[in-house]
Order: sequence, then C-alpha cells, then structure tokens
Amino acid sequence: MKLTLRVWRQKNAGADGAMSTYEVDGISPDMSFLEMLDTLNEELTLEGEDPVAFDHDCREGICGACSLVINGDAHGPERTTTCQLHMRSFKDGDTIDVEPWRAAAFPVVKDLVVDRTAFDRIIQAGGYVSVPTGSAPEAHATPVPKPDADLAFEHAECIGCGACVAACPNGAAMLFTSAKINHLNVLPQGAPERETRVLDMVAQMDDEGFGGCTLAGECATVCPKGIPLTSITGMNKEWLRATAKGAGR
Amino acid sequence: MTTFAAYATGEPVVDAKAPSGPIEERWDKRRFEAKLVNPANRRKQTVIVVGTGLAGGSAGATLAEQGYRVIQFCYTDSPRRAHSIAAQGGINAAKNYRNDGDSVHRLFYDTVKGGDFRSRESNVHRLAQISVEIIDQCVAQGVPFAREYGGLLDTRSFGGVQVSRTFYARGQTGQQLLLGAYQALSRQIAAGNVEMHARTEMLDLIVIDGRARGIVARDLITGTIDTYFADAVVLATGGYGNVFYLSTNAMNSNATAVWRAHRRGAYFANPCFTQIHPTCIPRTGDHQSKLTLMSESLRNDGRIWVPKAKGDDRPPNEIPEDERDYYLERIYPSFGNLVPRDIASRAAKNVCDEGRGVGPGGQGVYLDFADAIERMGRKAVEAKYGNLFDMYQRITDEDPYRVPMRIYPAVHYTMGGLWVDYDLQTTVPGLFAIGEANFSDHGANRLGASALMQGLADGYFVLPATINDYLARNPHKDEVDAEHPEVQEVLAQTEDRLNLLLSVDGDRTPDSFHRELGELMWEFCGMARTDSGLRKALERIPQIREEFWRRIKVPGTGEEFNQSLERANRIVDYLELAELMCLDALHRAESCGGHFREESQSPDGEAARRDEEFAYAAAWEFTGTGDAPVLHKEDLVFEYVHPTQRSYA
Repeated sequence: MKLTLRVWRQKNAGADGAMSTYEVDGISPDMSFLEMLDTLNEELTLEGEDPVAFDHDCREGICGACSLVINGDAHGPERTTTCQLHMRSFKDGDTIDVEPWRAAAFPVVKDLVVDRTAFDRIIQAGGYVSVPTGSAPEAHATPVPKPDADLAFEHAECIGCGACVAACPNGAAMLFTSAKINHLNVLPQGAPERETRVLDMVAQMDDEGFGGCTLAGECATVCPKGIPLTSITGMNKEWLRATAKGAGR
Repeated sequence: MTTFAAYATGEPVVDAKAPSGPIEERWDKRRFEAKLVNPANRRKQTVIVVGTGLAGGSAGATLAEQGYRVIQFCYTDSPRRAHSIAAQGGINAAKNYRNDGDSVHRLFYDTVKGGDFRSRESNVHRLAQISVEIIDQCVAQGVPFAREYGGLLDTRSFGGVQVSRTFYARGQTGQQLLLGAYQALSRQIAAGNVEMHARTEMLDLIVIDGRARGIVARDLITGTIDTYFADAVVLATGGYGNVFYLSTNAMNSNATAVWRAHRRGAYFANPCFTQIHPTCIPRTGDHQSKLTLMSESLRNDGRIWVPKAKGDDRPPNEIPEDERDYYLERIYPSFGNLVPRDIASRAAKNVCDEGRGVGPGGQGVYLDFADAIERMGRKAVEAKYGNLFDMYQRITDEDPYRVPMRIYPAVHYTMGGLWVDYDLQTTVPGLFAIGEANFSDHGANRLGASALMQGLADGYFVLPATINDYLARNPHKDEVDAEHPEVQEVLAQTEDRLNLLLSVDGDRTPDSFHRELGELMWEFCGMARTDSGLRKALERIPQIREEFWRRIKVPGTGEEFNQSLERANRIVDYLELAELMCLDALHRAESCGGHFREESQSPDGEAARRDEEFAYAAAWEFTGTGDAPVLHKEDLVFEYVHPTQRSYA
C-alpha cells in the first residue's frame, strides 16, 4: 500500500505546531498502525530528519500509552487502541491525518505525545482503597456477589489512555473518573471510602481543567475497553448520594 | 577476538543471609533476626525504587507506608503503564480453596521441579508461603478477581501443574494486580511519601565507598541528566527479553538499569535462562515490531496439533481427525497440552523443523477450540477466553471460534538477572533487585502464573522486611555530596556516552542494529543452542558492536524529547548483555529448563541436566567491555526436593 500521511509536528510544549505531509510506500495490510509509523520513522532517520514522536509501549492494547487521533477519531476507525489498529482498515492511496489527543488538560509534549499526568492526580485524589500492606483480612472473609465482581471488573478494565477525553467535544474526563469510582465503589472493600472517593476525585478532575459533561456520549463510543456511558450515570449517583450525606472535604 | 570465551573462575559466591534449619521456619527466622529501623528514624532514610511494575509499584507503596522516604522512577508517562500490565493468565497461590491437595509445600515442590532444579530452595519456599498473603492483600485493594456464584474466588489450573491454584481476573490479571499496586502507590504519592518521577530513565548507578547511594537518570521530556541520592537503591526494572528484539516485552522494556548496575559491581546470574513462551501469535513479516502472547490458559481447553503429513497445506477444517497429530497429547499423555512452557515450545519447534508447521513460512502450530466449543458451548468459551479470542482476531483477521488459532513460541521472560542473596540484595551493598530483575526463584524455567506471584511477593513482603536490616546497619549520616568525585565521574560518563551516540552521525538506524542483534540471538541463543552456534554468536557480537559505534545515526539532540536516543542508548547495553548471555549458554554444557543445549539431550529428545557439574547458579562479574568476565558459582543444595529428571509423560 502507498499512503499519504499528514502528521502533527510540534517541537515541544512551547512551540507552535503544524501538519506535515509524508508519503509512505510498501505498507503491508498486516502492519499495525504503529508499525506503519515505525516505517516512516526509519526513513526520516536515514534522511536526517527528526522522526515523529509518539507514545507507545506494550503494543498489545493494554498499557494505554498509545494515543493518536486518526482521521479525526481517537484511536482511529476501529474501536480499539492505536497499536491494535491494522493497516487493513485503510485502502491503498488513502490520505490519513494523524494528530495528538486534543484537550486543554492534555498539553502536547512533542509531536503526537501529550501529558496525561492529570489522570494520575485524579487517581491520587482517591482512586484507591486504604489498605496498607499486611493489614488485609483473609481473602474469603468477604464474599463478593459475582454480578458485583463482574461489574467492578467491567469498569476496572479502563487503561487510562485518554481517548474519552480526546473524543469529548468538551474535553471532559468523566468516563475515566467514573470508571475508577464505579470499580471501587461497587465492591465491599471500597465501601468505607465510598463518599470521600467520589467527591475528592470529581473535585480533582475539575481542578485539572477538564471540561464539563454534556452527555454527548463520544467517550463511550471510542473507549477501546468498552466502558459504558452508564458509568457516568453511576458516578453522578454516587456524587449526589455523597453530597446529600454531607461527606467530603 | 575469542578471549571473551576464555573466562576465569573466581571464588564461589555464597548466600550468607538464608537461615539454616527447617525450611518452613527460615523466613520467620530471618525476619526475626533482621534488625529493625525505628519508625522515627525511617523518615530520615531515603530509598530509591526504579520501576513501577508489580515489584516496584508494590515495593514503593509498602516502603512509603512503613515510613521511609521513597523516590521512584519509571520511563513511562505514568506508573500505571509498566509492562506487568500485560500479564494475562493469573497468579498462583497455595490457598487450597479447591481442596484438591494443594499446599505451600506442593507449590514449593512444583516451582523447584518446574525450575528444573536450578533455583534456591529457601527462596522458593518463602515465595510459596507468601503467595497466600498476596491474594488477601490484592482482594482488600479491590482487585476484581473472577468469582464463583457463591461470591468466593474462582481458580483455574495453569501450565505445568495438576492443581487449581491460579487466581485470575479474566485475561487481564496483570493489569488488575498492577492497578492495585499503582493505586496503593498513588495513595502514597498523594500523602507526600513518594516522590514520583515519571518519564525519567535510570542511566547509571552511583556507588560510593562500596555502597549504592544513588542513580543517574535522564528526564525524557527535557533531556536533563540529573543525580538522585538515597540510603539504598532498589531495581525493579524487569527482564531483558528485548535483547532478542522480537519478544512479548513492551517496546521500551530494557536492560539498561540492571546492566549498568552489573558494570558497577553487581554480579549477573544465569543470563542464559530465558523463557520462550509457547502460545504467541506467529509473526507476519519483516515489519514486525513485537510479538503478542496469548495466555497459556488457552492450553487448558485448546488442543494443539499439526498435520501428520509434511507440507499438508489444506485449510485446517478440511484436515480429517485421523490425519492430525495432537503431538503433546501423544508424547505426554498425562500432562498433554499442559506440559511446562519449555517443553511445549520445543515440541512446536520440532514439528515445524520436521516440515509440519502451518501458516506463513511454516512457523506455526494449531491451537484448536472446536472440541471445547462443542463440550462447553460457545458462551462458556467466550466468557473464559473472549478477550484473547478478540485480540487474536484483531491481529490476524481470522475468527478463532471457526478456525483454529495459529501459535508459535516467542521470547517472553528471563529467569536470569542480577544475583541476589536471600535478602534480595545484590553483590553491591545497598543495591537490591526485585521481580524479574533478579534471578533467584524460577531457576531455569518459570511456571505459568508465577511471575506475578514473585513480583508481588518481593515488593509487598520480602524487600520491605529485609531492607530494614541493611538500613539499620547503615544508618543515615550525611547526604551524598553532589560534587563527590565518584558522582561527577558517573555523570560525566553518562553524558559522554549520549554525546557520542549523537555525534557518530552514521548511516544506520538504532532499530536496524537491534534487529540484527535480535536475529542473531534468536538463531544461536534461542530455543536450541549448540557449542558451535554460540561460538559464532560470540564472534559476531563484538563485530556488531564495533559497527554500531561506527555507523549509528541518532537524529536530534540530547536536550529534548528524543526517542531515537533512548533506543540507541539501550542497544549499547544489549550489545554487551547479549555477549554474556551467549557465554553463559556456552559454558553451561547441559540442558535445563529454558536452556536447551542440543549436545545434552536424552535419546528421545528431552533436556538432559548434568547435576554433577552444573548444579549451581552462575554469577558473572564484569571486568570490562569485551573482556572475559569472572565466573562465581553458587552451589545449589537440594535438601527437600530431590533432583530428578523431569518427567511429564
């Protein structure tokens, strides 16, 4: 396959960025999208040009590092991570736009790499169970109904890639935040901190400059792990419940 | 230059920390004998933890909970992305919830046997003991393990054992356990007890007056190279499988931290013990950047086969039952498809070498779920393996519910690593290595679902107990002076190395060298190794290294985000580590576990150990790039599990 790529190039956080156009040839449909970019970068390197910077690591769809907006869609046309997108999803002769996540709370570091540390700070605000090592009771002391365990798992699958934010017209982080809150709040182990968790995490999310939610639903549409939009409903319920109880900081 | 193979043998290395006495009591005894640091003094002591995977994440969180000041590093943009996250199948624990005859002793026994009698009994027993606490800890953190309808934890059996002791969270156990550790770490970051440096990569170790006192690290965004000081340094930087270029490791997983520590005096043990995982998706072409593993839990229900006839290129569904060779079931009737990884991998290689492989290039075997779907129903198969099937389909564009999967072995895990004593301390005082970065628990072969167990055992329970002893004996006195000549020298060497990489301006990319080295290692130091092949590799590696420094091209500068520079710098270390791996493989003229020497096999092609000569761990001492290292042997004594040739027939 022969393709035209229009790629966002930006030297660093302070510099202005622009789209640059590159041609790549000999692309196999079995390549992953990132392997296609590897091919481009090998050529750029040999030509003495700066290769395109992009985040990636596990390349099996679980670490959440890869983060490209492809033809306007977070992670591209398939509902998966960029690393699991294959070139068979494109046609010979296609022109493909490649951009970084676009969100106020995710500043660009270089080219297609963005700063997602705001996500870490949301987790630090309460996305955990306070159980120091060694203090845990026997694992079978508290049975967890299977439907609850499965529901927790469904939310715990979030890989923290940030596609939800990139896809949201408001740059909101509701789906990410709600996934962690639902994961922990549905479990008996998460119950003691149920109220403070939701209030603190939501407050941190707001502090980070993520936008508000208008239930556009784009987040759940692009989520490579299929975190459902109802996750946000669940978080809102938890937040109202905690607020009504007068908990929080 | 053939001098590298002419290594010298030095004094034996002894694990002076493992207590004597009944094996069940050793861990308690060590914990009692270890000195403690009083809580008020802990605040004065700083521990550097490099890496945020299962071992590093759990260690950083636990040390901070204990009151130590922790400075932690990871190269990813968030500690949550360490490659432990990709582990799929599960985590072993001797809970015996199934009442199927499991016990701490059986897990200990299985692990020593599975490691083909090249691990240390004391360490393995401790691992089995701690396994039960890990599950308690993770459940309390909210790790959503799979459960039965009664609300109790579900378990499954896993490659190489006959009891059901593997706890799992669908096919994402590593992810869920890592997020548990990450969340515990996040809590400590928020509390101000952990100073977290993400996107910061360790480039060297600082040793002052014979003790590890800090690291040199590069901020990957700005390129700034800085020094960080502490009272002890913990490396939790994972394995070195990426020496092979193609492996199931993450693209950026690397050996720089352990190799730099090795160069600064830490012995490197059993580097040739690498594990080839039998159930990976075969490669499709030269563009391949990594290999994807599919959990070997698939072997619980999938049946592995190839056509009986050579060159049979009919589609699998058109090959009748009696023309298929379910070779694992045929050769190993009692374990069948569940034989340990090394045996399953080599068997796949053998049938492919016979010309019976399937798929592109004949480098694959079938893993067939037709029987499982008929027996359990598609829904049950979907519930158990759905995400793996989806992943397979996404990568190969084939539907495994209708067509058998194709699998082929790939480098997955490295049992070797920095030599550590029972306290997980390396030969450099104050330098500890935990998780895959050390060597001690898996011997020559790791059992399935034991990596997660070991990473978390080391990080949550072992290191936080043993490091006290070191810190109590070396109480904090003065900060390290940044102007200390040792510090300045390490810093200057690091800067020189990066500047040299940037200045060569040759005509080959970092990846081209990495691929070349990887292919060489796969051919000569992969699934089957020979004296002549290893000697060839040992001759070739210095040539590649020489060419590397002549022809490498790294664009850009050091004072910016520069992924080419990161990569090139890691390859510098692979080019030395690879040489040691080949030498270790050459010197160990026996087959054991993941190390298969063609010269040492039984008449029916099984690995033949040579216990009289090789019942030791090989700990290598660095003497200089390209210079022969010194071998220090640690004799392995088996008091409880008597070495036998493994039999899975």
